[in-house]
Amino acid sequence: MNNFEFSRASDVADAVRQMAADPGARFVAGGTNLIDLIKEGVARPTRLIDITRLPLGRLDETGDGGLRIGALVPNSDLAYHPQIEKRYPLLRSAILAGASPQLRNMATTGGNLLQRTRCFYFYDTTTPCNKREPGSGCSAIDGLNRMHAILGTSEHCIATHPSDMCVALAALDARVLATGRDGERSIAFADFHRLPGDTPQLDTNLKKDEIITAIELPPKGFATNYSYLKIRDRLSYAFALVAVAAALEIENGAIKEARLALGGVAHKPWRDRQAESQLRGAPAIRESFVRAADNVLRDARSFRHNDFKIELARRAIVRTLTQAANGTPQSQGDKRIR
Amino acid sequence: MTITLHVNGVANKLTLAPWTTLLDALRIHLGLTGTKKGCDHGQCGACTVLVDGRRINSCLTLAVMKDGAQIMTIEGLAKNGALHPIQRAFIDHDAFQCGYCTPGQICSAVGLIAEGRAHTADEIRELMSGNICRCGAYPNILAAIEQVISQKSAPAPRDGGS
Repeated sequence: MNNFEFSRASDVADAVRQMAADPGARFVAGGTNLIDLIKEGVARPTRLIDITRLPLGRLDETGDGGLRIGALVPNSDLAYHPQIEKRYPLLRSAILAGASPQLRNMATTGGNLLQRTRCFYFYDTTTPCNKREPGSGCSAIDGLNRMHAILGTSEHCIATHPSDMCVALAALDARVLATGRDGERSIAFADFHRLPGDTPQLDTNLKKDEIITAIELPPKGFATNYSYLKIRDRLSYAFALVAVAAALEIENGAIKEARLALGGVAHKPWRDRQAESQLRGAPAIRESFVRAADNVLRDARSFRHNDFKIELARRAIVRTLTQAANGTPQSQGDKRIR
Repeated sequence: MTITLHVNGVANKLTLAPWTTLLDALRIHLGLTGTKKGCDHGQCGACTVLVDGRRINSCLTLAVMKDGAQIMTIEGLAKNGALHPIQRAFIDHDAFQCGYCTPGQICSAVGLIAEGRAHTADEIRELMSGNICRCGAYPNILAAIEQVISQKSAPAPRDGGS
């Protein structure tokens, strides 16, 4: 591993101060992605600031009836928390669809948002990659791109965001709380991650000196009609080819409220407001779901090896909305798709 | 940096470079080579140990970040010469071939049982998915873990799936 300085942050203000003082510094908590990236020579921080001793490990009710999840709550504790199980089972399901029990024990809520893409070329330092080395080119566009994006791509990058948890957080309209030198701010989840455009090196809109302190969930959890369906090359412990988070509110057979987010298809968790508003007021039947799926994929573009993803995503959206409408969410233990 | 790692109940004072992983600290600095380095990237589970009772990948953990923690490795499972029930069950069911993944499989199984969320064969398979066995001894690993879980617990309430 590349050598680096190591220090501990004593509180959030100290963490921000230390980060601002060292342009090559990075925060470390679970380390499940960052330590790997350092081993691969992809990340080369001059200093790691250990934030694991900060008081950000709590889960609290918010004033409006939502939940505030501290940035250091481990993924496994969050998935199995009784409040999450009861009120936000979509989030629980998405977390349990990702990684392995060991990694979920290590990985934190804030860190999950900051995972970097698993594009092979991003990891392979002998190949051009605009995300790793801006201006060097994208090896994936004409390379092996079976895992890559079909929505929101640019000529500079077709990488996908790897998180499952973030797909559910996007569907649930979560907010990200961050603290920096200019104080605390709250960022809508949809505005947190970025599309690649001509700056694929930037995954998020978090500023260099900012630290994620918490995620806030609004009161509405869609605990009755939801499903998280993850399609991948093996049944467990693999990144998504396509993942779909669906959450519905249904009244007398009609869709009152709809949320639809996709993973494995874009540089960020993909929310489509147009498809959601089309679902609102429509009958909760297959025809409505097919129309929504067609709408989500209206501008989809594939790059040869991932051609299959467009039709796979279409079918996965219909399936997931059907599961949500029927109140038969996909189980992450029993992988049979019904 | 100087830190203290409590490994299998013994306090060890170590002076380590900050980029030393917990895996390398155990194997190289403490000579506890039972914990294996497989992929070294958190993909195979051979390096699984228990830190403060939770199973983690020691290859992706910086030792300096576990200053003061209680660490349990494969070497610490047997008590007074008696094998841990999971170790016994792995032998009973011949749950390995080459044995390289076995310490990680066993530590992971100990963590799995402590978590108490696996009640069916499918749930054991899913919650052991972080441990790869290149020899493909999965059916016997599953049988070994099932045996210990059935010995340990009366039927527990089913986890609500997810």
